Amino acid sequence: MKRTLPFIIVIGVGLITLGSATYFYKTKHPGSAPLKIARTETDAGGTVHVLGPEKAAVTIEEFGDFQCPPCGRLCEPLNELQKKYNFRLVYRNFPLPMHPHAREAACAAEAAGKQGKFWQMHDLLFKEQAVWSHSTEPKALFNAYAGMLQLDLSRFRSDLESPEVLEKIDKDQQRGTEIGVKTTPTLFLNNEAVAPENTNSDKLPEMVENMIKGNKPSS
Amino acid sequence: MKSKAVATSTSSGPSRVRTIFYTIAALIALVGVAEATYLTVMFLSGETAVCGGSSDCSQVLGSAYAKIGPVPLSALGALAYFSVFSFAIFAVFGYVLARRFFNWAVLAMFCMTLWLLYVQAFRLHAFCRYCLFSAALIFLLTGLVVARPSGERT
Repeated sequence: MKRTLPFIIVIGVGLITLGSATYFYKTKHPGSAPLKIARTETDAGGTVHVLGPEKAAVTIEEFGDFQCPPCGRLCEPLNELQKKYNFRLVYRNFPLPMHPHAREAACAAEAAGKQGKFWQMHDLLFKEQAVWSHSTEPKALFNAYAGMLQLDLSRFRSDLESPEVLEKIDKDQQRGTEIGVKTTPTLFLNNEAVAPENTNSDKLPEMVENMIKGNKPSS
Repeated sequence: MKSKAVATSTSSGPSRVRTIFYTIAALIALVGVAEATYLTVMFLSGETAVCGGSSDCSQVLGSAYAKIGPVPLSALGALAYFSVFSFAIFAVFGYVLARRFFNWAVLAMFCMTLWLLYVQAFRLHAFCRYCLFSAALIFLLTGLVVARPSGERT
């Protein structure tokens, strides 16, 4: 018995670990069916931020958080991909509560959007993420970014805290919560959620290419 | 692992010390297995960013240093902790070779921990509390290896 006991302990602990990990993973992924959303329509009021043609065969809708590092890393490749394939890209704010400046950054992007420069601010916030994320006064930096984008600063400052901007962010977040978004970045490729392991610059281009080759219109 | 230990001492003293020593090491390694497995599941379920309410944590765990190719570093950590746990258990039961493997595994993990602490401090400028906890476990294991009774050195 003493000879086999260490083997029994090691194998037992190994099995318990694997079993617990599988159970834990399944509780995080209760359903195997991917999340689905209704197509986001481009509105005349410009409250939804969209790049690319309205009738593009492929639409990617992103739920992002400006302070989330993986979102920051995805920004540039996603932009390049959009330019290459000219698909429709929709951005939704989903600031996570554990990122203290994410909501303020979303406000800055929306405030810039009110002057027609949402995507410029979006790119700048992701590019400079490492800087403002660690700042104790990120608003001062957001003002500086607004200056760099040649925005009307007094309007930008007042828009930063305007109820309209806050409501827009809440609406985006509510849409995400309702469809089961929990983390960022969460991408929907033609209204179907992309698995987290594919939400990166290695796998995403292949998925978009396949979707375009399949000529599956975003309905 | 096939070579069963030959007791070098006739007294029960060294054997008891060895049992206590490797049992403590196995328990520490077991905590490491649990922590690294938790982080691996979080990574696989795409919840790297949700990390105990700390943005520094998500910065570290979401960084390019947190994986080697498609494999999350936490999975390798879980495997390493499980190896240390297994070696410690076999060492408790007197397998001499397991003691040697235990020492080498702890040494390798110690070196890896130093590298990861360097990455957090000087490259990412952010510290993840899970990683710091893991580093503390490795330091404890290394401390045990260094401070173990001379009779236990192989």
